[in-house]
Amino acid sequence: MSRHVSTGKTRNKFLSSTATFILGAVAMVHSAQATEELNALVWCDHTDPALIEPFEKKYDVKVNLKEYEGTGAGLSIVEQSRPGDWDVFVIDGVDVHRAVEMGVLAEIPADALPTSDIFPEVVMAENNIVDGKTYAVTEKFGYNTISFDKTKVDPKDMEDMSVIWSDKYAGRIAVYDYYLPVIGLVGLGLGIDTADLGADDMPAIKEKLFAMKKASKQVGEVVSSQTALATGEVDILVGGGEWITAVLSEEKPNLDWVIPKQGGLRWAQSIGVMKDSEKPDLALKFVQYILSPEGQARLATSSCYWGMPANAKAGANLTDAQKAALRWDDQEGYLKNSQLYPIPDADLDAEMQDAWVEMLQQ
Amino acid sequence: MATASLETRENRRAWGFVTPALLWTIAFFVIPFIVMAAISLATRKGREIVMAWNFDNYIEFFEKAHLLKGLFVSLEITFTVTLISVILAYPLAWIIAERVPQKWQRMALIMAILPFWTSYVVRSYSWLLVLAQNGVINNSLIYLGIISEPLELASTRTATVIGFVHFFVMLLTLTIYANLVQMPPNYRRAAADLGANGFQVFWHVVLPLTLPGIMVGAFLTFVLCIGDYITPQILGGNNELALPQVIMLQLGRRADFPMAATLSIILMVVVTLAYIACARWLKMERT
Repeated sequence: MSRHVSTGKTRNKFLSSTATFILGAVAMVHSAQATEELNALVWCDHTDPALIEPFEKKYDVKVNLKEYEGTGAGLSIVEQSRPGDWDVFVIDGVDVHRAVEMGVLAEIPADALPTSDIFPEVVMAENNIVDGKTYAVTEKFGYNTISFDKTKVDPKDMEDMSVIWSDKYAGRIAVYDYYLPVIGLVGLGLGIDTADLGADDMPAIKEKLFAMKKASKQVGEVVSSQTALATGEVDILVGGGEWITAVLSEEKPNLDWVIPKQGGLRWAQSIGVMKDSEKPDLALKFVQYILSPEGQARLATSSCYWGMPANAKAGANLTDAQKAALRWDDQEGYLKNSQLYPIPDADLDAEMQDAWVEMLQQ
Repeated sequence: MATASLETRENRRAWGFVTPALLWTIAFFVIPFIVMAAISLATRKGREIVMAWNFDNYIEFFEKAHLLKGLFVSLEITFTVTLISVILAYPLAWIIAERVPQKWQRMALIMAILPFWTSYVVRSYSWLLVLAQNGVINNSLIYLGIISEPLELASTRTATVIGFVHFFVMLLTLTIYANLVQMPPNYRRAAADLGANGFQVFWHVVLPLTLPGIMVGAFLTFVLCIGDYITPQILGGNNELALPQVIMLQLGRRADFPMAATLSIILMVVVTLAYIACARWLKMERT
């Protein structure tokens, strides 16, 4: 979902020594404090102490977390690090193949994972399994769709994607500043499946993007988008979803989200063990903890953002209010009416990003 | 002989003092700058970065309107902020230096720079709430009956300028105040004795003598403002992109280090030109 750009294999050796130095320094500081350490390259939801501390206590280990945004940035960090610096990697589900091609991820014994407990639609074997070998497992998922204030807009209007580029709510719309899901959403609004989205579709998508920008008040990252919606600065957030509104469900019950009839984008994050990890057993234990019902419930309701746990058994560890905010009971329909992110090649990705910046500069 | 030896020792001592700063500058400015300049001549092909040693990125910058616009947006915002900050800071510095009793001046300065003590990011987000549709300003104006509908203040260039001005007025106040208190009062008395009225004293004596303070503050404002990413990102609502925001997009999203380096070099050229303009105007160059 919100993890920026899926680009980025860079051979920038100039940066490698600096990154190695910093990582070394970090490792030295921590090594003085813990019996054992685990280094994980993660998304921000894993940095919630409520998620990490139970694992640290159980295994008497210090988990060093490095947060990143965007697969490109994550892979760059890995490239600029020394082999063995990282033990666990959280990555966008659609990008697992890239990490495997780069030789970053280790094979995980299939029987070590609770695959049968995972919602079948998000097992994503075509992404997490390469040549019959499992390299990662889906840990959390959700949707980039339309969030809104149900007391200020007509919820019926939100069921049609075309509302985001119409004049009806002009000046009351915020757009989540991440080109992939929003371009994917616009594509869905035009009847283009994300898997089929190509360069030929870009002129039509650009036209709608520009119209959407004209009708919108702001284009912002997670915090400013969430703030704008929560403070009433805007009434609609394009690209939002449960990860924006669920965390506010108690304070702001007026905020809601919906998947329009044309569909929504589904994000999914996977977790895997690094190939060069010097502690593969401990790393696997961490993966298993994250996938356990307890770990899944904590991850789903992380303070950074909420999302559906991949493990269906996590429901037993969630309260009714939490499940309601996550739309637990609606998942069957939502999963059917949602598509994965577009996976552009390098040229199309560059074209999409140029279109996005052009839109911002309109 | 003894003189030469003394001179050698003095030279060594001087080098001893200079060397740490020199090494620091070489390590953390000169070498990174050379690296950045070299990277700007590379090309991103697909997801690979290739050292092409050409100026394609610079050409692309001038060819793509959305990239070039980033520079113009930055310049427009920076000039506006600098001008408004000088206009607001000068009277404030004047009041502190001339009207506030000397024993209270330090306290007045502390009050003036109080906002410096809060986090820059927190301050920017605070402005977002102040300028919001249901924020303090709009609510006050509606309560007073001045407006009936809330103004669009947040997520605009106006918001960015307000956020910047709030910060840079403090900086300019300090530099102008420092200049004002250093000015001997006899100059003004002499001008008055020669028949100059209050405005003439200010225009012909005070203002020219405080120009260095204004220009130093204005230059710092220019440099810090044109290179700032946080304020336009938080307060501007991404409704237009300043050059630092465009640079961040190249880094964070495209992993296009060559284009990011190119844009950074262009930004540095602009800052250098601003320095040259200020230095010449203030006759600071050494001949």
